[in-house]
Amino acid sequence: MACGAVHFPNSLAEMALRALELLCLPEDQSSLLLDIGCGSGLSGEVLEDEGHTWVGLDISPSMLDVALEREVEGDLMLHDIGQGMAFRPGVFDGAISISVLQWLCNADSKVQVPKARLTRFFSTLYSALARGSRAVFQMYPENDNQLDLIMTCATRCGFTGGLVIDYPNSKKAKKFYLCLFAGQAANGPRQELPQGLGVDDPQGAASGVKYSASDRRLQMMQQRSKGGKGKTRTPIKSKDWILRRKELAKLRGEKTASDSKFTGRKRRPQF
Amino acid sequence: MRLLTHNMLQCHVKKCTDPALNFPLQLQDIELEQVETEENEDLLLNLINKVDYNALTTTAAQLGLVGLPNAIPKDPQADPAFMTRLHEVLLETNITQGKMACRGCGHVYTIKDGIPNMLLAEHEI
Ligand SMILES: C[S@@+](CC[C@H](N)C(=O)[O-])C[C@H]1O[C@@H](n2cnc3c(N)ncnc32)[C@H](O)[C@@H]1O
Ligand SMILES: [Zn+2]
Repeated sequence: MACGAVHFPNSLAEMALRALELLCLPEDQSSLLLDIGCGSGLSGEVLEDEGHTWVGLDISPSMLDVALEREVEGDLMLHDIGQGMAFRPGVFDGAISISVLQWLCNADSKVQVPKARLTRFFSTLYSALARGSRAVFQMYPENDNQLDLIMTCATRCGFTGGLVIDYPNSKKAKKFYLCLFAGQAANGPRQELPQGLGVDDPQGAASGVKYSASDRRLQMMQQRSKGGKGKTRTPIKSKDWILRRKELAKLRGEKTASDSKFTGRKRRPQF
Repeated sequence: MRLLTHNMLQCHVKKCTDPALNFPLQLQDIELEQVETEENEDLLLNLINKVDYNALTTTAAQLGLVGLPNAIPKDPQADPAFMTRLHEVLLETNITQGKMACRGCGHVYTIKDGIPNMLLAEHEI
């Protein structure tokens, strides 16, 4: 049956899309976002495809060179996030970070070093974010101690929030998203931790997953990843997927062009 | 790096905390490149709230970019000429090479191929 297809969001781009969804940005807002540990810019491209402007930070010059060659739209910076970030207060509407945060924890064996680096990182991040905005980190925690350390440091710097686990019962698809809230906007909605995907389903199968109504993209990706009967499912190649997304964006653009010059795109997730 | 990003950056040397000095970073030996992008009113209106407009006009003047008024018009949306110029300065003007010097501590951040090096030395963290 069609709905038996299992959707394992494994590529960087898919995780970036999920992180963006978890930011819960105001509908139709073209936001200024931070991509922490942007690497070659795959995650950033998801942000630009969704109509946002982004700034990417990475510690690796060679990764940034690749991003440059790929002509991403975001501004790139050589930055070691453990040294803190160099932004004025309140300028970003949100931040995402895909598969990066765990690296901050294993500097040397001494606990003091990661702790100091995490603290410097979170305090400068908290400051750089607009009140009421969020930072979402997809990460691979090594153990509970590491998560504890991260949460303790983040909380001390003013963040609230917690962990969203997608497909907790599936070995392959299980994903951790640390969702941090940078305070509360004066008249903004109350911050609430979103639900993980596939939480009730033992296989983490799509049948138990509520996709947001507007999110046709995920469904399309799912369809693409569906093999024929008995065929083994091939994972979606992130490059193909991005090309596909560019096509989609174009299609959307053509459709909306007649409406008005700046038709906002729907992108707010509904949990 | 767009001028927008320069406007968001401040020196992050740990002891350099005086906001009157650690921002804006002083541009030196700058090479600029204009990259055309689509104007987005929605985005501009969002950015107007974030940009330090005084710093922007000062920086623009130093770079020889003219055409920005001294203050943001009361109703920017109703001023398409302003919106377009703001778009061109903030989002289309890119720094490809150069330096950014901090007036507070003297740290010089170099920009190469549009990428600023924001790494600090051990004694600056
Ligand atoms: C798995 S890659 C993610 C790439 C990118 N987020 C994406 O989705 O395409 C992890 C990245 O984190 C960066 N990184 C690791 N430690 C870092 C640090 N201390 N500061 C900044 N970036 C860091 C690495 O250089 C690498 O590019
Ligand atoms: Zn300084």
